[in-house]
Amino acid sequence: MSFSHLIPPVKPATGALTLETYELTKRFGSFTAMDSVTMKVEPGTVHALLGENGAGKSTLVKCVAGFQRAEEGSIMIDGREQDIANPVIARALGIGMVYQHFTLAPGMTVAENLLLAADKVPFLVDWKAKRAELQAFLATTPFSLNLDACPADLAAGEKQKLELLKQLYLKPRLLILDEPTSVLTPQEADEVLGHIRDFARRGECTVIIITHKFREVMAYADAVTVLRKGKAVHHCRVADTTPALLALAMMGESASTADSEQKVPAAQVVPVQAAPDSIANSSTPALQVDDLHALGDRGTLAVQALSLRVMGGEILGVAGVSGNGQRELVEALVGQRTRLSGTVRVMGQPYQATRQENRALKVRSLPEEPLRNACVGDLSVAENMALRDFDQAPLAVGGVLRFPTWRARARAWIAEYGIKTQGETAPIRSLSGGNVQRAVLARELAGDINVLIAANPVFGLDFAAVAEIHSRLRKVRGRGAGVLLISEDLDELLELADRIVVMSEGRIVFETTAAAADRHVLGAHMGGGAHGEEHSIVEKAAA
Amino acid sequence: MTPDQWIALFAGIVGGALRVGTPFLFVSLGECLTEKSGRINLGLEGVLVLSAMAAFAGAYLGESAWIGVLCGALAGGLLAALHGVLCSLPRVNDVATGIALMLLGTGLAFYLGKPFIQPQAPQIPALELGGWSSSPAVQSALQINMLLPLGLALAVLLWWGFTRTRWGLLVRMAGDSANAARALGYSINGIRILATTVGGMIAGLGGASLTLFYPGSWNEGISSGQGLIAVALVIFARWSPLRCIGAAALFGGAGAIGPALQSVGVGWGYHLFNTVPYVLTLLILVLTCKPGSVAQGSPGELSSR
Repeated sequence: MSFSHLIPPVKPATGALTLETYELTKRFGSFTAMDSVTMKVEPGTVHALLGENGAGKSTLVKCVAGFQRAEEGSIMIDGREQDIANPVIARALGIGMVYQHFTLAPGMTVAENLLLAADKVPFLVDWKAKRAELQAFLATTPFSLNLDACPADLAAGEKQKLELLKQLYLKPRLLILDEPTSVLTPQEADEVLGHIRDFARRGECTVIIITHKFREVMAYADAVTVLRKGKAVHHCRVADTTPALLALAMMGESASTADSEQKVPAAQVVPVQAAPDSIANSSTPALQVDDLHALGDRGTLAVQALSLRVMGGEILGVAGVSGNGQRELVEALVGQRTRLSGTVRVMGQPYQATRQENRALKVRSLPEEPLRNACVGDLSVAENMALRDFDQAPLAVGGVLRFPTWRARARAWIAEYGIKTQGETAPIRSLSGGNVQRAVLARELAGDINVLIAANPVFGLDFAAVAEIHSRLRKVRGRGAGVLLISEDLDELLELADRIVVMSEGRIVFETTAAAADRHVLGAHMGGGAHGEEHSIVEKAAA
Repeated sequence: MTPDQWIALFAGIVGGALRVGTPFLFVSLGECLTEKSGRINLGLEGVLVLSAMAAFAGAYLGESAWIGVLCGALAGGLLAALHGVLCSLPRVNDVATGIALMLLGTGLAFYLGKPFIQPQAPQIPALELGGWSSSPAVQSALQINMLLPLGLALAVLLWWGFTRTRWGLLVRMAGDSANAARALGYSINGIRILATTVGGMIAGLGGASLTLFYPGSWNEGISSGQGLIAVALVIFARWSPLRCIGAAALFGGAGAIGPALQSVGVGWGYHLFNTVPYVLTLLILVLTCKPGSVAQGSPGELSSR
């Protein structure tokens, strides 16, 4: 920004600061997470860090915020070199960080959470005075929150605002945000980012924001640094660039071949085999859920009167901000959570998610966090791949398990799915996230499938893995299975699904075809906003 | 039964609630503080027995009940501190450590307590609150352990402190979200060791009231599992120090039903009635649990392990 040149030579102790890194390098063992990163962040600007997972964005900001120490290079604040050895020093310098994952105490009130974030908590808390102070502070910010609410009862967007408020309460000079909008609706994201940009524009603080989303970079950042494989490969002002240029920088010169992890033949990625209109020839839905109720962890109704249908050869996308009952829905469907009431039918048969029914009705699932929900971490890759059918021929004959057969099949799948592992006998927890997901995919996609339930199947995976898993989901649809795809990523749903329903507070509040879907309409419903749009009625009638 | 017998029965149960409830109160307050910081101390039974022995020995050797009380608190704090430190080591499970500590505490107490089984030690003086009544049953029921008012004050202090002091807020934050506390730069282990130690000292006061007030002597069967029941009490009280008072009185009263019935001449089922506190424990845990859900007010860190 032009006014950044007007900052007086004697730096003030408050207000936006200038951050520079010089040849910053961080290694974990033989792996170089961050390689000679040099960049400059002008005061009073919003600076975006863009890159795929594992590109070194988090490592960079953790070094600046004092959570990690770089082996080489230096960090300069307002032109002066600083040794930021720990978060306390970072805080004293006015550096505040908002984490990707919430760091709120869920069972304590908003007021208590804010108070604890303050520099000095008084030994005796005079709540009357403190509340007045907090109210006054809230009045200076564009956010309003009930001081007596507990984060456990707040929506994700409100929690994110509270995280931000915790930092703003400290009057930071540099605010670092690690994917601040990953749990927000587009509307909430716009609101939060808009306010953050205003803070920067007023010169109150400099902002570094880590993100995957080009839209947010283009709309809210002033400058951007692109990282790839630990290196800062591209610096520019947002005004001088386009999303296409940034994507190119992010993925290297040629996106399709550069990443060695990509082993999908191009032919698999392209075809969208089942057009939505070729579906409706079989009348029995692959998956039919009627009036399903399930309790959440805190004993409140997390899934309420939920009904949906997935036809064979169709992908039904379930959109929604995380924490609106999606996790509980998946758990209730696959048998991890007790169903309070309601019926679930697969191919017209009642389905209680027992092992026999899974096998007979050919139901498969890709739960989120596969290492936790679909694997036994200490068992080998081969053993994990056999979890579904280890007691069936040919893996077991006459009650005797035939391990060589397990291993042979595992080797075949490892080759077919391009799983990077030291071997089929390595414990599955030693694999990276993308490879764990591939191993689970290999297991779940084997054989005939009637219904596939997939929850955030590409969460936290890199570009190549995402493309591959998406193409495999399309192939499952092409083979005539019904796919229930639960995702927090609207782009993913818009790209893959034939129909999209929106889940909010445990209910389906909106339904549309993907072709007719509008991002803003979906967003409004995700945020629990507008109801009764003409879309929903028309689409429900059609279904 | 005659009206007098009814009064005697009622007085017996109230008296039991006050006498037997006092150690329950201290132990559950200690456990409440420990659990609020995000740790479970199952070793509280060992803490209770060791501190009971230490209190008795201190009073006997120091010839003052108050020296005994101090010894009890210190012994309890010391053993609990060991638990706190052990649990801070990486990959150490607090439940397993707690069980080991229970065995260590009782074993140590039995070994060191051998010489103190016979003698009489100075007792904590009683507060006579029953002077207004002519009934001897009521008078004896209202002879109150001087530690009881301290326990009640402590419960109020903890309740107040959990929301109104820096220490209370930090303990709750460490128990609610270790991540949050770490992000703000606090030492989780430091907070938890301290909370566990102070919790042990509070439980130690319960031990002191066992040997220095009621039943008033040291023997190896002195606690009969009260330290373990206290863990259930805290869950029953939903981690509120104030509700610990009610829970402790309820269990104390239930434990006194057997002796009180016997004192008014109901001879049958003495041992059956003595099982009431334990049956009550099971019953309450069954009735108050909600499968698949987390209790409101429970420290978030407890359920995650």
